[in-house]
Amino acid sequence: MTDLLPLIVAKYNYWLYVILMMIGLYAMIAKNNLIKKLVGMNIFQTAIILFYVSIGYKTDATIPIIQNAHGGGSHGAVIHAADYINPLPHVLMLTAIVVSVATFGVAMALAVRIYQRYQTLEEDELRMRLIDIGPEE
Amino acid sequence: MDNYPALIVIAPLLTAFLAGIAVWIRERLAYPIALTGLAVSIFSAGKVLMQVITSGTIQYRLAGWAPPMGIEYRIDLLNAMVLLLVSSIAFLNLVASYKSVDQEINDRAGSFYTMYLLFVTGLLGVTVTGDLFNLYVLIELTSLTSYAMIALGDRDRAPLASLNYVFIGVIGASFYLLGVGYLYMQTGSLNMADVANILSGIQGSSTVLTAFILMMIGIWIKMAFFPMHVWLPNAYTYSPIGFARVVAPLMTKVMIYVMIRLMITVFGFDYIFKTLNLSDAVVWLGTIAILSGAVMALSQKNLKKMLTYIIVCEIGYMVGGAWLGNQLGMTGAILHILNDALMTFALFLAVGNMAYRLKKLDLTDLQGLFGKMPWTMAGFVLAAFSIIGVPPTCGFFSKWYLILGAFEAGAYHFAGALIISSLLSAVLFFKVFEICFFEPMSKDHGHGESHSQVVIEEAPISMLFVSGLVSLSLIVAGLYSGTIVNTIILPFLK
Repeated sequence: MTDLLPLIVAKYNYWLYVILMMIGLYAMIAKNNLIKKLVGMNIFQTAIILFYVSIGYKTDATIPIIQNAHGGGSHGAVIHAADYINPLPHVLMLTAIVVSVATFGVAMALAVRIYQRYQTLEEDELRMRLIDIGPEE
Repeated sequence: MDNYPALIVIAPLLTAFLAGIAVWIRERLAYPIALTGLAVSIFSAGKVLMQVITSGTIQYRLAGWAPPMGIEYRIDLLNAMVLLLVSSIAFLNLVASYKSVDQEINDRAGSFYTMYLLFVTGLLGVTVTGDLFNLYVLIELTSLTSYAMIALGDRDRAPLASLNYVFIGVIGASFYLLGVGYLYMQTGSLNMADVANILSGIQGSSTVLTAFILMMIGIWIKMAFFPMHVWLPNAYTYSPIGFARVVAPLMTKVMIYVMIRLMITVFGFDYIFKTLNLSDAVVWLGTIAILSGAVMALSQKNLKKMLTYIIVCEIGYMVGGAWLGNQLGMTGAILHILNDALMTFALFLAVGNMAYRLKKLDLTDLQGLFGKMPWTMAGFVLAAFSIIGVPPTCGFFSKWYLILGAFEAGAYHFAGALIISSLLSAVLFFKVFEICFFEPMSKDHGHGESHSQVVIEEAPISMLFVSGLVSLSLIVAGLYSGTIVNTIILPFLK
């Protein structure tokens, strides 16, 4: 236990994303309501986005904008990459956010279709309705 | 004009937008636009394949940015083959889809063609790209369009099947993305060749191991490898036939391609088979996938669903073959990408023809079909022989390489599973043939004579033509499989 605690504290960002991911996964597997499952799916995706954001971070670094780069103020000044956080994972996540929003949109549209057809979003009720429609092919 | 690599992807992407706009003017315009886009893709893919065979790997820089920073399209023999395969199947299916889309979803035909083009764009992009993150985005593009297309199918069951696919698909894609993140932490690069270069200097890193396992699980979920296959049968059964015909042969095969690409190009054989020693476990999984896929197919009462379980079974062939860890197994797996895509396509084309006339595809509805639809059934028989692995058809040759590879690796259980699944699919298809051939058509003689007078005739000529062409290509691919192995697969594996 004494060994484990520093490990958790030192790498807390990974623990956080894993916990969030598991919450999302739990909701996707265990919840009965389709909208709750969708929310779980979104938490799951957000956990990964947070993971990416956290790996771009460096201690004592600032945002990756070079000050006065156009004004000529930084003439001769050496720019250290270590002074700036890594912007690439953050940029990647802009795309991933778009993907997750699109997925969420499609999934919501499907949920609406299901609701219009069956007047319910509870999975067990849907299963009963499907049995009523006819034998499972 | 050496922009063919970009043209392969850009042609369907641009025509997708054009078709989307054209729908507002006239619904009918979408179809010719879609045909043109895919024709350009086939032409470019053919050009690229010729160029790769004569002068080696093409590295195409998108917008001129140099590789580690910019996105690179890297086309070697494997890509070039899969690109031509994907674009040809997509084009041929579009030809066959004209009638069936009209019949099934004519009120939304325009949006069908638009999404179809986007789907093909995604598949081609996944195949052509040399960038790990770009691959993720394109996989999601492919998946998103297939969620939407599946939901266009059976009004009662398709939306629910599609939503279940969304949940599982998102988990798969997220695992892949997470793996890319770990790989990026270790290497600081997203370009496949660059990552491979950096990885070759790193030994025994647990970050790389985590990345590898996460990416493999993600891709396995996307390809419906056995324990993760549950989404596939429902999603493909209830989708409109015009889409089932293209997604069944292509989606899983392109994912197999991604797996092989990651194994060979990014992580490398030495890392996977010497350092990790996971191959035994995965070959066992492949064995279980083959057997359970075949057994589950045997218990189905609906023809379309039965075929979807055969896909699950075939995925076991390719994953197992690729993980045998020798050249023969890998050759078999790559050849099987080509062959399985063709034979699944031929099977689904025949099923599409039946669905066009029958509406319902329970096995009992198929009685007397040999007499009613002789040409369709001829195509179906050829495709079924290929799945079983009867010698002149192409299915035999890839299975042969896989079995040789299994013996070389000492994986006798895998070889046994291959043979047993061949026997099981023989049982399966001869059961279908028996129903189609021997049993008479009139089962409800007593009541409603007019009801049983529904005349079933052959499918429209466009569908028959494509079905016949693809079924014959199974034999052609079989006869030329030696040439394919010698000019494409063996030089690639060297």
